Amino acid sequence: MNPEKTEKTSKIDLNRNDMPRQSPEIRRHNFNEVALGYTEEIAVKEAKRCLQCKKPKCKTGCPVEIDIPDFISCIVKGAFSSGIKKLKEKNCLPAVCGRVCPQEAQCESQCILANKKGEVAIGRLERFLADWEAKQGKVDIPTKAKPTGKKIAIVGSGPAGVTVAGDLILLGHEVTIFEALHKAGGVLVYGIPEFRLPKAIVAREVDYIRQLGAKVITDYVVGKTRSIDELLKEFDAVFVGTGAGLPWFMDIPGENLNGVYSANEYLTRMNLMRGYQFPMSSTPVKRHIRVAVVGGGNVAMDSARTALRMGADESRIIYRRSHAELPARLEESENAEEEGVIFNMLTLPVKYIGDENGWLKEIECLKMELGEPDASGRRRPIEIPNSNFRMEMDAVVCAIGNSPNPLVPSTTPGIQTTRHGTIVADQETGKTTKERVWAGGDIVTGAATVILAMGAGRKAARSIHEYLETGKW
Amino acid sequence: MNKIIERKMIVPNMHLLTLEAPDIASKVKPGQFVIVRANDEGERIPLSVADWDEEKGTVTIIFMEVGASTGALACLAAGDSVATCVGPLGNETEIGNFGTVMCVGGCYGIGSLYPVVKALKKAGNRVIMVFEARSNYLIYWVDKYIKLADKIFNVTRDGSLGLKGHISCLPDIINGLPNPPDRVIVNGCTFLMARTSEMTRDPGIPTVVNLNPIMIDGTGMCGVCRVTINGKMKFACVDGPEFSGHEVDWKEFLSRRKAYLEEEVLFFRRSEPKQAVHKEGKCQT
Repeated sequence: MNPEKTEKTSKIDLNRNDMPRQSPEIRRHNFNEVALGYTEEIAVKEAKRCLQCKKPKCKTGCPVEIDIPDFISCIVKGAFSSGIKKLKEKNCLPAVCGRVCPQEAQCESQCILANKKGEVAIGRLERFLADWEAKQGKVDIPTKAKPTGKKIAIVGSGPAGVTVAGDLILLGHEVTIFEALHKAGGVLVYGIPEFRLPKAIVAREVDYIRQLGAKVITDYVVGKTRSIDELLKEFDAVFVGTGAGLPWFMDIPGENLNGVYSANEYLTRMNLMRGYQFPMSSTPVKRHIRVAVVGGGNVAMDSARTALRMGADESRIIYRRSHAELPARLEESENAEEEGVIFNMLTLPVKYIGDENGWLKEIECLKMELGEPDASGRRRPIEIPNSNFRMEMDAVVCAIGNSPNPLVPSTTPGIQTTRHGTIVADQETGKTTKERVWAGGDIVTGAATVILAMGAGRKAARSIHEYLETGKW
Repeated sequence: MNKIIERKMIVPNMHLLTLEAPDIASKVKPGQFVIVRANDEGERIPLSVADWDEEKGTVTIIFMEVGASTGALACLAAGDSVATCVGPLGNETEIGNFGTVMCVGGCYGIGSLYPVVKALKKAGNRVIMVFEARSNYLIYWVDKYIKLADKIFNVTRDGSLGLKGHISCLPDIINGLPNPPDRVIVNGCTFLMARTSEMTRDPGIPTVVNLNPIMIDGTGMCGVCRVTINGKMKFACVDGPEFSGHEVDWKEFLSRRKAYLEEEVLFFRRSEPKQAVHKEGKCQT
């Protein structure tokens, strides 16, 4: 054995530091956050694993171009407050992104150590810094540019809208966010459950935007309370980030039975309306014993895991392809499995059967097999004839996706939409077909991730600022 | 937060609530609704708008106290605020010169029909009102309707006013008219809307109902308000709330409306009596 070589490789530590988590037996009974975050000690240890590449590839994997090696080197030095500052230059929601970004498909997948399966845990480090700052109790407010006197209306307070607001307010513009629900945060508050993203964290991030000086108006439905055209009379520019909020159903018999939910309804009842505290909260929820969740994405995992925490004895994921095609993050499907969620792969519901009072009692499914890859590159599921079988079930949560919310497009003449109902917007600038109106996030792309919405928000903010400076559309 | 200008019980269990909501008051049209939350823990409840004053910037709602959330609303008084009042939501009532329109109202629907009737009269219609209630003392706003309607019929179950019976006596009222109405509009409880629609089906009178299913967001996001209309799934909040009564799957609608009855009762049994019984508009603790 060559001693020199051993020496060299041993310098590179390939062991990613695990993040402490609640054990599955305990956490399946509570709504507290599953992952507990790095301690300072582990964070520094993990940060030291970063090779500080001269040409960092991780940065190119980040939709909002965070200076990843820079903030990691701050952690190595123990300079956490400079680290968070660095992070916030590019990302106004680090505590959220550190938790829900699919880092394994973005920055971390580009890490040079990924080849050896030892990529630096960038997401966990990001989360560590954001949580560290929160623990200090005081937030650094960056200096804003001189007031420009320009006014921008932002429709929707989800990740896209909040990013646009954060960027434009630092540039000296006056920003007002309109939110249809009673709490700001969009999908971060109504969709993603407490155990994955505590609501206090979202509230903190939205509060930061408020502290920067943005006005946040809740309970205001643009498209109904006021139209985009009316907003344009008062504001110099309007950004539409209304998200993908119209749930899909499968168009199979029995979908309107009681006990059949859209994932939006199920999660909104639990999260936004705090159904998990019923009867202490006043929005009622049912206690279901056997719950099936249809779909294989993060939302499906969230729903199945919520069902367990609400006291279900049996919580299943029903997905028409196989494990390998699950669109959910690996971490999420693993968490679900550990907690006891049962996976029925290659299964397609074809019918819901109710009792005499209109409540779901059984679901009928078909077995599937995988054929040739389809347009998405994943192998196409094919029905196996006469493979029907039934399962007793009290509740089904349909988590197969959402269409863009039509409220704004349908009430705004001049805004062009695609046949999928998404708003047509320039990929680089977010400009729509209507002058002075920009759009970004799920309303443009269809349902995607938090960070992609933030990336779109960043680009739109840049373009809005340019327009406000030059007056050129 | 919306300030309460007035809150009073107008007939037993039926409350009038006037809120400060200038943006809504300048936009709302007949047939639309708002979503209200009494307090920060409150459930989001959809309530039809019964009147508004654009100049004063107020909207008025008539609601029936049936459970925990409406109970919390009923305990509020002028000067208090509700946590949420958002809208106007849903589509407006189709108004045109139809000829003779019969408006059937019961319960909170007597209130929510008021702006519809005003608009119908303005459009040149002859309007016949039919009020339905358990007893005469549950019918309200007669003074307002006397000024508007061309004719008023009352149906009470105990016979204390007008015809004795249920809305099933509607064919008798219609047959007594020189000509059947050109359109029927019904607002009120599910039973009233379903029964009325049943009776106008055979004579083929177009019948519009204003559905009031369970809702959460009211903007199409949650899908809890889905109803089957002519065999197709629709969302009452964005596709409605008005539909042809002849196309609604009433059995399904009723069963979905009742989905949380048990939990409503459970709430009263399990919660501490922080919200005491109101008497003459005041909460007694």
